[in-house]
Amino acid sequence: MTSLSRGWERIRNAGLFWPLAALALVMLFNLIFTPNFFRLEIKNGHLFGSLIDILNRGAPLMLMAIGMTLVIATAGVDLSVGAVAAICAATATVLVGNVTGATNMPLWEVIPITLGVALLCGLWNGLLVSRARIEPMVATLVLMVAGRGIAQLITGGQIITVYYERFFYFGAGYLLGLPFTLFIVAGVMLFAWLMTRRTAIGLFIESVGTNASASFYSGINEKNVKLLAYVFCAFCAGIAGIIISSNVKSADANNVGLYMELDAILSVVIGGTLMSGGRFSLAGSVVGALLIQSVTTTIYAFGVPPEVVLVVKAVVVLFVVLLYSQPVKVALDKLSRRRGVRA
Amino acid sequence: MAQDSTTILTMTGISKAFPGVQALSDVDFALRQGEIHALMGENGAGKSTLIKVLTGVERPDTGVIMLDGREIQAKSPLQAQAQGISTVYQEINLCPNLSVAENILLGREPRRLGGIDWHALNKRAAEILRRLEVEIDVSQSVGMYPVAIQQMVAISRALDVSAKALILDEPTSSLSAHETDKLFAVMEKLKSEGLGIIFVTHFLDQVYRVTDRITVLRNGKLVGTYPTAELSRVELVAHMIGRELSDLEAVGRYKTRVVEHDHAARVVEARDFGRIGGMKPFDLDLYAGEVVGMAGLLGSGRTETANLLFGVDQPDSGNLTVEGKKVTHHAPLQSIHMGMGYCPEDRKADGIVGDLTVRENIILALQASQGWFQYINPAKQYAIADKYIELLDISTPTADQLIKNLSGGNQQKVILARWLATEPEILILDEPTRGIDVGVKAEIQKLVLTLAQEGKTCVFISSELDEVLRTSHRVLVLRDQEIVAELGMDDLNEQTIMQIIAGDTHDEPL
Amino acid sequence: MKRTPHIDRKYLPLMVTIALFIGLYLYGMVQYRGFSSPQVFYNLLIDNAFLIITSIGMTFVILAGGIDLSVGAMIAFTTVLSAYMLENLGLSPILVIPGVLLFGVLFGATMGAIIHFFKVQPFIVTLAGMFFARGMCFVISTDAITISDPFYRAVALYRIPVFGTGFISINVVIVLIVLLAALYLAHLTRFGRTVYAIGGNEQSALLMGLPVARTKILVYMLNGFCSALAGVVFSIYMLSGYGLYTNGLELEAIASVVIGGTMLTGGVGYVIGTVFGVLIQGLIQTIIMFQGTLNSWWTKIVVGLLTLVFIGLQSAFNSPRFIRRAEARAIRAEADPALEAAK
Repeated sequence: MTSLSRGWERIRNAGLFWPLAALALVMLFNLIFTPNFFRLEIKNGHLFGSLIDILNRGAPLMLMAIGMTLVIATAGVDLSVGAVAAICAATATVLVGNVTGATNMPLWEVIPITLGVALLCGLWNGLLVSRARIEPMVATLVLMVAGRGIAQLITGGQIITVYYERFFYFGAGYLLGLPFTLFIVAGVMLFAWLMTRRTAIGLFIESVGTNASASFYSGINEKNVKLLAYVFCAFCAGIAGIIISSNVKSADANNVGLYMELDAILSVVIGGTLMSGGRFSLAGSVVGALLIQSVTTTIYAFGVPPEVVLVVKAVVVLFVVLLYSQPVKVALDKLSRRRGVRA
Repeated sequence: MAQDSTTILTMTGISKAFPGVQALSDVDFALRQGEIHALMGENGAGKSTLIKVLTGVERPDTGVIMLDGREIQAKSPLQAQAQGISTVYQEINLCPNLSVAENILLGREPRRLGGIDWHALNKRAAEILRRLEVEIDVSQSVGMYPVAIQQMVAISRALDVSAKALILDEPTSSLSAHETDKLFAVMEKLKSEGLGIIFVTHFLDQVYRVTDRITVLRNGKLVGTYPTAELSRVELVAHMIGRELSDLEAVGRYKTRVVEHDHAARVVEARDFGRIGGMKPFDLDLYAGEVVGMAGLLGSGRTETANLLFGVDQPDSGNLTVEGKKVTHHAPLQSIHMGMGYCPEDRKADGIVGDLTVRENIILALQASQGWFQYINPAKQYAIADKYIELLDISTPTADQLIKNLSGGNQQKVILARWLATEPEILILDEPTRGIDVGVKAEIQKLVLTLAQEGKTCVFISSELDEVLRTSHRVLVLRDQEIVAELGMDDLNEQTIMQIIAGDTHDEPL
Repeated sequence: MKRTPHIDRKYLPLMVTIALFIGLYLYGMVQYRGFSSPQVFYNLLIDNAFLIITSIGMTFVILAGGIDLSVGAMIAFTTVLSAYMLENLGLSPILVIPGVLLFGVLFGATMGAIIHFFKVQPFIVTLAGMFFARGMCFVISTDAITISDPFYRAVALYRIPVFGTGFISINVVIVLIVLLAALYLAHLTRFGRTVYAIGGNEQSALLMGLPVARTKILVYMLNGFCSALAGVVFSIYMLSGYGLYTNGLELEAIASVVIGGTMLTGGVGYVIGTVFGVLIQGLIQTIIMFQGTLNSWWTKIVVGLLTLVFIGLQSAFNSPRFIRRAEARAIRAEADPALEAAK
């Protein structure tokens, strides 16, 4: 192989290259066509601007993408994250209650209980996949369908509106001039990174996702690795649910996190983690989520109906998926090899 | 190769190379009308590649295939089938959810009034099966029937496509003795109708019961084709394993010492240990500082024994004591904690984790034994990886190379390194040298002896007898899921082992 | 060698489904006054006509071992496209109906071709299809378009009396025609049997010389047609087109198929079971309606749990040998490509 083809290979194999390139492209587009896109202002000591907006609004998706990354890396998928977010949003708002300026339960109790509910959801999914050996897509479909019903059960079918200032802080508050959501995302990201890269968990997840049989022969408890991934994924979805309900000051069981499971999967795939499992990139998934959010924000900025974003997403999904597909890969390999031979 | 008027199929000068392996080199094969022809050879001999070439799954690099005097070049199993070469694979390629009748006739089902004529379909399928003396309800799903019936259904489908040659790939491996008898009766019947049958199996008894001729392959080369009646079992085993009776050598000079089996050094003690369908209950003792070879043909229970010892498979009976502690929970992780290591037979499926680096593959078992939170930090990982890359002379540009990009021999060394890194007291090696070039083979054999010298115990499983003899202090011979003999240093010679493998001690060839 | 099993286990889930439907119906009749009126049953058909049609299409996809997430969006898109062509372009229904049906077929064919030729998971491709169809709705119109076309209105309002016991709509007649056609396709044509064969064991189907590629693409075409037809039926039912219609309907369709006794892994199941699957969901809704105090979210929870129960039933009904064989096949399939990749 020549240095040319090897260089090309290295670029293609560099995990973050494609998602970052795509993100840069969107930014470049905005630089040229969207006035004031890159302008940052300070109002009341808080930073404002489109970029901050993207980060802030993208927070729930980034969280879900982080959790989903681990699940997909074990060669699974979690379709229930949207429903889990809805359940957690419902739980949090019901616990806070709709009393003006007050809460039924102190927040330091509300948050752990809500996250506990999320962990239970994850445990359910994880047990179905790892112990009952049901195919991940099928197993998580159950909670995806039933989850919204459970969320409605919790809210009593109402859209619960909360009037407790301090609860809004999670989704709309500022810390050191930056949206508080960013700190949450950074915290979860740091936690996920430490968990996967500073313990053996990341290695085990990649090993199980690549070759479950060989991992078993090497003494890895494949079942618990999978269980952990689903529990963590639901945990992330739970935090996302709290942020969403806090941001919109209410919980609508039907609409919180709707279609977000699909966006989360898409973020992970764009970020370079294969649906077939194995190697994963947390940073890639976060960049993927940011890319989706930037595209959305950009389209909003042009006054196009927000739903049209879906068409763009469809094209992006298709492009990414075809790029990673086996026949295209084989063709590309052949191409670079032939070039190598000729040179 | 002898040609005569009754020859229907000839393969001449077939060669096929896969990256890194010459799977077949210049192999000739001929099938006559109305004969049952056994194709024999150990793993890696090239049987399956030859079958794949014949059935159009693989294209040969060189060579000609003639059927009925006409050259054929099947590009797919489908084309091969259309030309008259049908195959019933070991895994029986049927759709378990469809009815027996559909499995036989789908694709050429009788039609009536623009739809499938189910009545006629069932009737015709039942007729076809009756030819094989099988009477079953053909409207039931195939998956509901025992494997033996499924086999018959698969054969029926193959026959209905005007077959001239029928390939049966390990058809008896999951059949009971009675079912096997039935299958043989059908094979005899088809033979008398003029069909040529290629019978791939590893059961010697069966070969001598039904076949007319035997072709033996070894290491991708043709050893020879022999009339079954003229080849003794021992000769057959010798051909398969690759030691000619004439160049038998005195064995024992390879080893420097004899291991004293004093009671204190017993590290593994299995009593009445077995698993239904894997190994019949056996007793086994392993001592520190010895290499125990396991000889036997494919399917004799070699790998099954290893899987049982390491906790990959759960035992149905008996118990296992390792280093004086009784094993209560049979699982690889527990075995690692008890000081065991295991290089599985199928390197690709059960050994390497392809998308991980050499370094990660090396530390995998060590890390698994240390648990989730006692993380081996990267610096230490590199140190361990580099140590074993050097020790085992693994040829890789860096420790960060993906293991899937390494050659087979180097992949095997990485798997060995994975286990050496856990510093096991007992190391089980199942076919550690398969598909590996001679130089690396010798290195691995030397390594095994070195480990024994350091006081470790090695179980060495190989289908290459000379290798087993060269490395082992003691050899267990397996046949039909039983340990049939244990040979100490003094009794170790190839002829004895081959005779035991062949079951020749009490059963003369036809 | 005469061994005849007593009952073919593949019928058991179907029997359970039908028994469940009858049981629920009897429960309703005993418990609530007015439930025994035949019109209750006819309404079940009238209100679920579109769901039955799209679920029948989904049955074929799932039988062949695939999945299609785009059906809900496709129905919405059909309603919008129909309404737009009728109202804004003033086209005749004679052109509009064949036009949208043709679009459905082409849409399905495209997805099927990508799935087959690029070997991409159906899940991802149809997800992109779903985004695309949903987005295109809003490219055409962001608001609901009321259909005032006289033909559509006449069809919508027409009541067909049933022996003086009540009435059904023309949509129900369409459902019955689709059902008969589907039964014919599934059980009396080579196409149908090939669908089952592919779902049972794609490798074997290939070796048997069945047209696997063509059939797989045809299945998605058929489903595209069914969802477009369901869209036509739905636009007659609602007399309007709107991009927010039938959100999440793909889940209800999948749940119907599973509750109808079809295995999500493909190969086993019946079209008629799916019809009962839809009717059971409708019946639960009706009972909850009659009950009066229970809330509608219970439907989702019950449907989710039923889905799980049926997934469990299927694995229980399938003999271990069946499963072990499938596992062995999967392992072998994994091992094979690895062989090629070796250098």
